[in-house]
Amino acid sequence: MMEKLTALTSVAAPLLRANIDTDIVIPISRMVGNSTRGSLGQWCFSPLRYQPDGSENPEFILNRAPYRSAQILITGVNFGCGSSREAAVWALKEMGVRCLIGSSFGDIFFNNCFQNGVLPVVLDRATVESLAREVEASQGAGRISVDLNELTVTAPSGTRHRFAVEPKRRQALLEGLDEIAVTLQRAAEITAFQTEDRRRRPWVYSR
Amino acid sequence: MQPRTQLAKIWDTHVVADLGDNAYLLHVDRHLLHDLGGSRGLLDLKQRGLAVHSPQLTFATPDHAISSAPGRIGTSAVGIDLLRALREETRAVGIRLFDIDEPGQGIVHVMGPELGLSLPGCLIVCGDSHTCTHGGLGALAFGVGSSELAHVLATQTIVQRRPQAMRVSFEGTMPVGVTAKDLILRLIGEIGAAGGTGYAVEYAGSAVRALDVEGRLTICNLSIELGAKMGFVAPDDTTFNYLAGRPFAPKAAIWEQAVADWRTLPSDPDARFDRELTIDVASIAPQVTWGTSPEHVMAVDQSIPDPTTIADPSRRGGIEAALDYMGLQPNQPIIGTKVDWVFIGSCTNSRLSDLRAAAAVARGRKVAEGVRAWVVPGSEQVKRDAVAEGLDRIFLAAGFEWREPGCSMCLAANGETVPRGQRSISTSNRNFVGRQGPGARTHLASPAMAAAAAIAGAITDVRRMENA
Repeated sequence: MMEKLTALTSVAAPLLRANIDTDIVIPISRMVGNSTRGSLGQWCFSPLRYQPDGSENPEFILNRAPYRSAQILITGVNFGCGSSREAAVWALKEMGVRCLIGSSFGDIFFNNCFQNGVLPVVLDRATVESLAREVEASQGAGRISVDLNELTVTAPSGTRHRFAVEPKRRQALLEGLDEIAVTLQRAAEITAFQTEDRRRRPWVYSR
Repeated sequence: MQPRTQLAKIWDTHVVADLGDNAYLLHVDRHLLHDLGGSRGLLDLKQRGLAVHSPQLTFATPDHAISSAPGRIGTSAVGIDLLRALREETRAVGIRLFDIDEPGQGIVHVMGPELGLSLPGCLIVCGDSHTCTHGGLGALAFGVGSSELAHVLATQTIVQRRPQAMRVSFEGTMPVGVTAKDLILRLIGEIGAAGGTGYAVEYAGSAVRALDVEGRLTICNLSIELGAKMGFVAPDDTTFNYLAGRPFAPKAAIWEQAVADWRTLPSDPDARFDRELTIDVASIAPQVTWGTSPEHVMAVDQSIPDPTTIADPSRRGGIEAALDYMGLQPNQPIIGTKVDWVFIGSCTNSRLSDLRAAAAVARGRKVAEGVRAWVVPGSEQVKRDAVAEGLDRIFLAAGFEWREPGCSMCLAANGETVPRGQRSISTSNRNFVGRQGPGARTHLASPAMAAAAAIAGAITDVRRMENA
């Protein structure tokens, strides 16, 4: 069952580097296996977060106070591109992140967020960069608020930015809906489709 | 009737329900499972007390986590566990598994087309972003995450938003030394790693029509590196000739019926695309990446870019970080950059034609001192076909290692890594930070370019090699 999300006020960490791929979010060696879930948070962003000797990289924003406790990330273009690994979202969530604000996201990652109660907010690039500047100017003290009921992002200055989320996805996040359970209510439609399709495209079903 | 794109035609055929707001419930014709995520999906379902909806439309093979060493020696404990779980869980629900040493085993995106499981007009999903590869046969194919994978297992459908349609026409004749891989890398360099986000890309034009199916699969494979979840080519006689007689392709009267249907799939002449671009392939040189995104790509005979010439601070910072990670200097030629590792394999470039192209360069030559060069065929069938024509002996005589089929060092899920700080030239699809191992530096290129680098011990222009 998906965890609900309605509103959030948090420290926000700017991570504006372009094309942060899901291999960076969670390296493959940390996610292989059926029992790695639950231990992913500590490895989230590990290529950026740790030095080769395993110690923390003090330069990396999520290793610095107050950003360490950020539940919101302000992301660069094409965040979450690359591999379809849903473990990237699991790792972010285990680290405490529930919302990303960026101008574009990798498409599969974007879908995976909604499956896990994590909200990717798309705003234009200038707005994203202005949020990052405000946060940096306050040295992280300025909180950002995201409200999924109102569909607004409130900057530390109080400026409110509207964003759009597809209505069904919004409803699913607000209510914690389970997509499989919703689709299974259409079991008869699926059966009818396959019956008709088998007649129309027998090669899909025969061999 | 309105002229329609191939995207629209395939999409409309699969709509089980229109959910509103551009979301649709679509039927899934083929669901491919692999060892990394397949058993987890099946176990998730079991835990929830749900049945697999259509096991007869679901197929599995181990590829990601198994060792590529002879005899699969060195498969990790986790890899062994995943393989055991995949065997047990597929058997329990009646899903066909193509197991190790069996024809049909291989990288999912190699074995699907090769077996004729992947067909034109089919909607194909797999828990792997390179599922777009199957678009090379005219299918609508895309990668999904774990939750969507479980949804497909439980319902044989998927909820999807209809993407916009982009058409990229590669026009002209490919110069000598230029391959399908170079075409798609060039496109990524031109429009960027997010240039295709939100689109399904149709690859068209005279150069694509002239390509064999394996080349088309390579082009479609890199759609996701363009940001496009799906990419495809119109099916034609080249497609049908490739598929005829494959083990799972339709036979006899149903084959005839299928081909008649597939001939209606290509976009109508007046179909409207949301974005169109044309690339003149005559101007393309062999490509090689210099950075940590596939968009960090250049013609091999050019110089490494200079970040100080870039105005946009975010892009400039990205280039600086990439050059730092890669250990490269701006404005230097990339030719002559020493390599430590060569990887010929992956769902991008591990098919028979790829191995032939690499072998043509390797024949009668030697891998340079200090370079480790691997050839990992994409499937058991590719391996057997390559052995039958003696490609393994060419590689072995040249000093390459000839290994067992799987994903191997493309993503190092099986622990096969390029050591930290070492430089690899790879025929795979991602040069991401740490992709081939923590601290590994990856240059993407075609099989011929990778083989040429193995011989030279450094990145080189394959066009300058005699008899290449």
